[in-house]
Amino acid sequence: MSKFRKDSKKDTPGISTASLPDIVFMLLFFFMVTTVMRETTIMVQQSLPQATEIQKLEKKSLVSYIYIGSPVERMQGTYGTKARIQLNDAFATVDDIPQYITAERTARDEKEVPFMTTSIKADQNTKMGIVTDVKQELRKANALKINYSTRKKVQ
Amino acid sequence: MARRAKGASEINAGSMADIAFLLLIFFLVTTTMDVDTGLARKLPPMPEEDVIQDDSQIKAKNIYVVLINSNNQLLVENEFMDITQLRAGAKAFINNNGRNPESSDNPQKAIISLQNDRGTSYETYIQVQNELAAAYRELRDAKAMQRFGMMYADLNKTQLKEIRKEYPQKISEAEPKNIGN
Repeated sequence: MSKFRKDSKKDTPGISTASLPDIVFMLLFFFMVTTVMRETTIMVQQSLPQATEIQKLEKKSLVSYIYIGSPVERMQGTYGTKARIQLNDAFATVDDIPQYITAERTARDEKEVPFMTTSIKADQNTKMGIVTDVKQELRKANALKINYSTRKKVQ
Repeated sequence: MARRAKGASEINAGSMADIAFLLLIFFLVTTTMDVDTGLARKLPPMPEEDVIQDDSQIKAKNIYVVLINSNNQLLVENEFMDITQLRAGAKAFINNNGRNPESSDNPQKAIISLQNDRGTSYETYIQVQNELAAAYRELRDAKAMQRFGMMYADLNKTQLKEIRKEYPQKISEAEPKNIGN
């Protein structure tokens, strides 16, 4: 017992801060890694609808995205509020979809083409008209595997 | 013992970087952020130009018609229905097995036909798709429980196939047309 008491009488040594940079760097790296760098800037509003029967989208490299929604607020001045389609980094029309699908296909390996999925990321406030048009174009382009992007419903 | 008298020595921080990197790599490997989820569907191939669609060999009683109008209201089998009843309605239709002569013969023949208006909101459409998928999932779960004592999602490939054959998910989306304004 006396051993411990002897120690406590002395000043407690200052906590070493030598490892602080490491911890900070660790956190930095962590956030750097986990932040998903979007390849495309999303220019349409995206509040996805909710569903319970959802499946995970596997093999992200085989997924091509089609964004649908009204332009984000800062772009409404130039593009209005009508729902639009966004492919890659630019607004597009339904007629651009076959070209987009072809481009996506040529970018992949030929063997992987049948497994390619098109993810429709439509805002929940969009009307079905534009979605139906997109679906028709996809059917014409023979890109039949689709995925309606939804969030998990929180009960 | 002799050193302690001089005061506590500095903790060696040389290995701190190693620990930090270990943690970093751990998080790097385990985190999968932003998982994309959704309802997977398969679109029907485009019909050939010169072939006239012939639906006459499918009996009308085997088709469960779900219409959604531009006010997001549902018309199921010519009757107004609230979305909360759709799941039960679809289940009863699929699992009819000929009990009600007006409803489907068996789950293999049952087809759900979904039609929407251009003015239907996407949210409602997804809700309906979700309810229909849920109806099939519940039926499959029940069958899987009865036959294998497991939930549908936990079955192996051959068992999945068997259940899927029993309850094929046939949700047909008709060619787009305008219904109601």
